[in-house]
Amino acid sequence: MTEPQQAPPAAPALSPLGWARWAWRVLTSMRTALILLFLLALGAIPGSLLPQRGVSVEEVQNYFLEHPDLAPVLDRFFLFDVYSSPWYAAIYLLLVVSLVGCVLPRAGAHYRLLRARPPKTPRRLDRMPYSATFETDATPEQVFAEARGLLRGHRIADYGDSLSAETGYLRETGNVVFHLSLVGLLVSVACTAFFGYRGNVLLIEEDAFANTLTSYDAFYPGIAVDSAKIQPFWIRLDEFEASFVEEGGMAGQAASYRADLTYREHPDAPEESHILEVNHPLRVDGAQVYLLGHGYAPTFRVTDADGHVVFDQAVPFLDRGDGNFTSDGVVKVPDIAPEQLGFTGVFLPSAATDDNGDLVSEFPDARNPMVVLKGFVGDLGLDSGNPQSVYQLYTKRMEEIGDSAPLAVGDRWELPGGATIEFTGYRDYVTLLVASDPARPYALASAVAAVLGLLCTLFVQPRRVWVRARRGADGRTVVEIGGLAKTEGAAPLRRFHELATQLNQRLRRSDCQADMEKE
Amino acid sequence: MHVLAAGSAVDPALSNLSDNLVLGMILVYAVALFLFVFEAAYGRRQSLTGTRLVAVGASEAENSDLKVSLREQEPEAKASRHVVGKIGMAMTAVGLLLNLAQIVTRGLAVGRWPWGNMFEFVIAICLCGVAAFLFAAMRYRAHYLGAFVLVPVLLLLGIAVRWLYSESGPVVPALDSYWIAIHVSALILATGAFMVSGSATITYLLARRTEVKQALGQQVSAIAAKLPSAELLDRIAHRMIVLAFPLWTFGVIAGAIWADEAWGRYWGWDPKEVWSFITWIVYAAYLHARATAGWQGPKAAWISLIGFGCLLFNFFGVNYLFSGLHSYA
Repeated sequence: MTEPQQAPPAAPALSPLGWARWAWRVLTSMRTALILLFLLALGAIPGSLLPQRGVSVEEVQNYFLEHPDLAPVLDRFFLFDVYSSPWYAAIYLLLVVSLVGCVLPRAGAHYRLLRARPPKTPRRLDRMPYSATFETDATPEQVFAEARGLLRGHRIADYGDSLSAETGYLRETGNVVFHLSLVGLLVSVACTAFFGYRGNVLLIEEDAFANTLTSYDAFYPGIAVDSAKIQPFWIRLDEFEASFVEEGGMAGQAASYRADLTYREHPDAPEESHILEVNHPLRVDGAQVYLLGHGYAPTFRVTDADGHVVFDQAVPFLDRGDGNFTSDGVVKVPDIAPEQLGFTGVFLPSAATDDNGDLVSEFPDARNPMVVLKGFVGDLGLDSGNPQSVYQLYTKRMEEIGDSAPLAVGDRWELPGGATIEFTGYRDYVTLLVASDPARPYALASAVAAVLGLLCTLFVQPRRVWVRARRGADGRTVVEIGGLAKTEGAAPLRRFHELATQLNQRLRRSDCQADMEKE
Repeated sequence: MHVLAAGSAVDPALSNLSDNLVLGMILVYAVALFLFVFEAAYGRRQSLTGTRLVAVGASEAENSDLKVSLREQEPEAKASRHVVGKIGMAMTAVGLLLNLAQIVTRGLAVGRWPWGNMFEFVIAICLCGVAAFLFAAMRYRAHYLGAFVLVPVLLLLGIAVRWLYSESGPVVPALDSYWIAIHVSALILATGAFMVSGSATITYLLARRTEVKQALGQQVSAIAAKLPSAELLDRIAHRMIVLAFPLWTFGVIAGAIWADEAWGRYWGWDPKEVWSFITWIVYAAYLHARATAGWQGPKAAWISLIGFGCLLFNFFGVNYLFSGLHSYA
């Protein structure tokens, strides 16, 4: 028979509960919190290097076009949605758990400390970080009375031959408040994703907009938002004004924007007016309306061969972003026989000829508005049932009929077949952002609480002071002072020393008085 | 309909004066820097008076019967001293006044808060950095930081004049808000204090190396041997961050409130927002590290330097590498 093999001494196996305990202890340790903080910072970096869908969908699309091989790989790692990605959520959720796991026990301990008396005076005060001793002729009662006067703002417990005093509880309170406020802030942000919505609207002067889903060019509802039940307000753009720096090196820079609005809180409410400016949003029924941008909507009148007006309206043109509001747009004229008309056009608010002889816009304001059109005739494709963008002309089933001369306000272009199009002027338009976020006040409250908590936890110095007074053998009173600070640095020591010096001085003064009275 | 602005209201005389003041303050700071370097190199290494608690002079004599004992002796605080250092302090104070005058005249010349572009930010950050240094010099006797604070200040001013200069003028409508006074001021103040902390941290790492070498009995070159005590520098660096961190927090939150008013959301992961968030996290990590066993000292110092790097990147890198809503700043 062979000897049974000796099993190597195994480490004591951890039970599932033991593992859970171990994991919890690791997760809530400061070291883990530090590592998670670094990961949170590191993880935020790609979000600033790569375009983000939450910031600009177009830039992400451009990135896909420019890097067709790399982009899908990056997308697999959610690098175009960093801040809503599972891995980033994993980091901050772990951090929140770690933070709560660390802070809640501390909050409990702090609560017990607040309820308890300041701790019993240690036997040896001379072992404290600060200690001082002196003798006086005053009685211990007098010493305690003076000490109580000097220890204002401390919680004091009387232990017979000594006083125990403690102050600076706000430091730990602030610490707990700060960390829990951060959690509150995160919850508020999450609530926005559930109960908030935002949408973009383009509004031409003299036009109005009712806050319903169909009025929006783009609408982004939160998960729990019923798009049919958003606030029923109504807004009209009466007038828009932009002013620009006229001369000098900064010519063309915008100086101010101002939109005059008329609005109703709900269909039956009275009309009210509001001046909408960049830093001055309209607050209506729990939603905010912001001025995002502006542009030009040239107006056109189209007359058919028989002299009937078949089209007469403003068409918003989109700014190319050249700084001088050169804008592109599309005019679609469906109600004309025998064939429909379509135009692509360029609007130049301040048309001028540049050095190359090209017609350009030289200033953002409308000093010399002109339009150049390219005409098409045929089928616009509006009846095909497929939704069309109003900013794109689908020319597959259309035939080009040539370019117009540059048209000034009032100029007409005679089209082959007898129809005419007249450039009758322009109106301004604004792009508005409507945002509704019921959790905003909570986010603000959390942020304010976080700052206040932070100030307390950084600047309040918790200290314990003990004063012991005993009759010595020679009948004089021996006073001992001990000080213990929970923070580093010399400042608390200075406080303790100040206290000891003052107590000593006051008692000497009363000694002197007693002496004088005796004499 | 469009209404044209009636010319930009810039006062040319004041604007000129303000530009000349920039040159004046660079000159004065440069002289002060020279004096501080002279002090660091040729001064005698002395104990700093007044940093020690129990030597409270007068009251000590009065209370001859008060016996004080401290469990741990206070660390020795030594730094190089020379009489020209005092002149350097005076020159720094003069430079600060010129700096302030420059900002005031520019603000008056354009009739708005004088921080609307990079050039103006840099000048204001230098003001706050120097002010934070003077505060540290008076409160904590940290005069020895002079050379280390004025080097980055002069570098920044040089960059501002050479590359960032922009003529006086109005700002874009988005910046036309009282929030600029709150949000930008808080961040500029915080940046000034972070800058002093960064200088102190670099000096700390150098001084620590010197002390380690000396402890090993190695020879240390003259200037390195005259550095202030490492422990002292570490404390100053920490205090400056304790001052700056809540200011930074407040500034970022004020920015979020402003963004809510101007852009329709309080946080939108704009590159500037991302990097101010990263900076905040790294400095928060520093504060936690200082309270964690095994992370104090040089490790924490490196974290604070990473934080300072993020701060600089946020200021320069983000503006020139990324396009975002903060593109004017």
